Amino acid sequence: MTDVKKYTFKDFASDQEVRWCPGCDDYVILRAVQKALPEIGRKKEDIVFISGIGCSSRFPYYMDTYGIHGIHGRAAAIATGTKLANPDLSVWVITGDGDALAIGGNHTIHAIRRNVNMNVILFNNEIYGLTKGQFSPTSLLGQRTKTSPYGNTQPPFNPGELAIGANGRFFARISGNKPKELTAMFVQAEQFKGLSFIEVLQNCVIFNDGAHDRVNGKETRPDNQVYVEHGKRMIFGHDNNKGLRLNGLKLEVVTIGENGVTEEDILVHDAHDPDPTLHLMLTRMSNPIVTGIIRAVEEMPFDERFVGQMEERIAASKGITFDDLVESGETYILD
Amino acid sequence: MSNHFSHKSSSELDSVVIRFAGDSGDGMQLTGTQFADTSALMGNDIATFPNYPSEIRAPQGSLFGVSGFQVQISDQDISTPGDELDLLVAMNPAALKTNLQDLPPGKMLLVDSDAFSAKNLKKAGYTTNPLEDGSLDAYRLIAAPMTSRTKAALLDLGMDSKSMDRSKNMFTLGMIYWIYGRSMDHTIEFFQKKFKKKPVVIEANTRALKAGNVYAENLELIATTYQVRPARLAKGKYRIIMGNQATAWGFIAAAKKAKKELFLGSYPITPASDILHELVKHPEFRVKSFQAEDEIAGVTSTIGASFAGDLAITTTSGPGLALKGEAIGLAMMTEMPMVIVDVQRGGPSTGLPTKTEQSDLLQALYGRNGESPVIVVAAHSPSHCFDMAFEASRLALEHMTPVILMTDGYIANGSEPWLIKKLADLPEISPNIAKNPEGWTPYKRDKDSLAREWAYPGMKGFEHRIGGLEKQMETGNVNMQPLNHQEMVKIRAEKVKRVENYIPDLEVEGAQDGDLLVVGWGGTYGALHTAVRSAYGVGKKVGLAHFNYINPFPKNTADVLAKFKKIVVCELNEGQLHKVLLAEHPGHNYFKYNKVQGLPFTVQELMDRFDQVIAHEKVVTA
Repeated sequence: MTDVKKYTFKDFASDQEVRWCPGCDDYVILRAVQKALPEIGRKKEDIVFISGIGCSSRFPYYMDTYGIHGIHGRAAAIATGTKLANPDLSVWVITGDGDALAIGGNHTIHAIRRNVNMNVILFNNEIYGLTKGQFSPTSLLGQRTKTSPYGNTQPPFNPGELAIGANGRFFARISGNKPKELTAMFVQAEQFKGLSFIEVLQNCVIFNDGAHDRVNGKETRPDNQVYVEHGKRMIFGHDNNKGLRLNGLKLEVVTIGENGVTEEDILVHDAHDPDPTLHLMLTRMSNPIVTGIIRAVEEMPFDERFVGQMEERIAASKGITFDDLVESGETYILD
Repeated sequence: MSNHFSHKSSSELDSVVIRFAGDSGDGMQLTGTQFADTSALMGNDIATFPNYPSEIRAPQGSLFGVSGFQVQISDQDISTPGDELDLLVAMNPAALKTNLQDLPPGKMLLVDSDAFSAKNLKKAGYTTNPLEDGSLDAYRLIAAPMTSRTKAALLDLGMDSKSMDRSKNMFTLGMIYWIYGRSMDHTIEFFQKKFKKKPVVIEANTRALKAGNVYAENLELIATTYQVRPARLAKGKYRIIMGNQATAWGFIAAAKKAKKELFLGSYPITPASDILHELVKHPEFRVKSFQAEDEIAGVTSTIGASFAGDLAITTTSGPGLALKGEAIGLAMMTEMPMVIVDVQRGGPSTGLPTKTEQSDLLQALYGRNGESPVIVVAAHSPSHCFDMAFEASRLALEHMTPVILMTDGYIANGSEPWLIKKLADLPEISPNIAKNPEGWTPYKRDKDSLAREWAYPGMKGFEHRIGGLEKQMETGNVNMQPLNHQEMVKIRAEKVKRVENYIPDLEVEGAQDGDLLVVGWGGTYGALHTAVRSAYGVGKKVGLAHFNYINPFPKNTADVLAKFKKIVVCELNEGQLHKVLLAEHPGHNYFKYNKVQGLPFTVQELMDRFDQVIAHEKVVTA
């Protein structure tokens, strides 16, 4: 991509005033995306942001690229059409926990199953923001919200488990308040060939403030979050001395230097393992919570298969024309 | 055409109507199609009407499992598969029971006598065998042991009994070919192509066909054979085309003419799936057919493809159109070019999936939230589906709006000869594509058509965002100011209204003014045309105005309506177009005629109603 202009993040900011609540993580994510785009080597006119409905779905209006603010839940389906129409585009789906996992759940799992080569950023704040505070499919059991005044009785989805269960090839989870981590993550997601599904632990300051504090908070994060990287040991903690290891079929937290545990005992992360068993276990851990690219297993994307088959048929058909089609098979002349 | 030498006598007929009825596994659709194709190749005009149950293989011999295929062949230009049967083929008692009411006394009834077992009779609710109890005395009954004769002909092929049974429909066809003097060649060629890899199946079907043919010839019971001469259709090259196939091809042609790739986002639904089945076969024309996870993904992927610059379409039937409503609203709001095909079926809800109806019109016109007019057009015959698919694409691309194309199960599955159209025979389509990025905004409009310009990803300097929120005039930026909203609502409506300047006038057939204007739309054209032609032919001042364009109506609609004393709006629903006409063109003496039985109109019932309306002063209700 030598002919691509050297952009800065400012090139990707539209002239529209950003209208999220002050203090919302969405600002951080927006800026992180705008900073990631100059790194991906794509022309501005080849980038499309597509969203559904919800706070996060206003996102495309703030990007100076092509964009669609769609209808509730349908961003992944709209984006699939865009990608099939023009597989050369860099397509980004911006969605939330209600948009992607409730009303749009079907499109989400099928886009993942097909492995459309696009990036899906799920802003997970575990609440409905735009409709003012109802529980979402990721809200906790017992959580009190506007529609669960006596406590939520609906058990939540774990987005990672859902994505990997739908044969997701790329799943990452990341804090919504770390601009540099976010930017790096988005660049890697774009570089991954296939559907990249990124769950951002995003804080809603109005309706669910502090939901991710345990893992995102400056003081609490080190002991409650393992940021995994492919090929590196799963080590975490304030003193960088905790790690994950397998005990039979279970993951356990151990401390290096205690009970004879050495660094060698700590698991090395293999994001590229086609077997999703360990990835699912990592996804399901709650204490600590696992972030980073948990799974990244490349496989030919759907759009490539789809268009590849079309090109094969075009080559095999040896220049057949529409006129050939209408005259194919049984015809007869009346005179 | 027959090469037989022992014809007892032969009489010539203008037209013949045959219905093939049997179990849904008996191959009646194939048998009927073969008869129709052979007749068309001999120069007859044909019109067909498959009528099958929604069960794929209903229990054998059951009343609800009966599948039918009706065909009219004629030496004249015809538009319907006919009202009254000349020949009913009933492969079992259930088929007899459910179809006999359409066979007038004196006409021919051909049955497989082997199928009239005690068990089958009981399943069909007969207490005595109609072949023996005299109840069929009014008909020219031919009871032939088709199953056993077929088996006898195939005995040495080493097939099992069930496989041999499968050829009995070809025995039946062989008999009918003899009765109507048709050549067997086309069908034998068909076997050779279709079963290329199964020589034994070719042999079995060919033998059964010939055995039936010889059987009919030798049967003393058949006293007369019939000839139907070639029709006087326009000169040229023809093929038989089914409505759904014509729809699919119309889109392929439109994409070529617009220099666009064709995208189809669709979810299988009866009776629309055949459009998808046809388009998936043609990636060589850069047709991208995407089977989505549901109806909503079908239409929203279409929106995504339209945004990316394809001629994008989605296909569905009534329940699917309901699911697509919100997304069509988005396409309307964002002003994206796309076509939604609704192959109507009997409703409401799941309704009668395999039967025809016209009850989605109001849904197509109004089935969205907010003020959301879209263009609505309708095809009126199997081959006309080609023209209207092309036309719907033209309007969508040139006017930047979703277009709903209405067809129905009757014309979608029906077939007729099509005077082949090549690309050079078709008009150009000029999508309204943006050219100059300087000062460009997504909602600047053409001053005549009010269409906005189309810019899509990959086009440098036109980066923009669109969405379902109300937008500021011209810029398209989100804007919820009261007066801006009202103005945008009016502009979007005016844009659709102005399409009337770009479509043909409403034509009137028969009387151009006088006593009665018959009004219809969509798939009822064949019956209305035939009925009006007959009435006009005997000197009645009756004309037909058949709407291909429903929103907007053609510009001369008011003039046409004003030329007649009475207007009867005939529809296969409870009066939906009638309602729209009352609202948009009030002040006329409207009557209506409605039928909601899952069946097309018969010509006779229409003519009866015309007479009633001409004679009556007050509104006649169906």
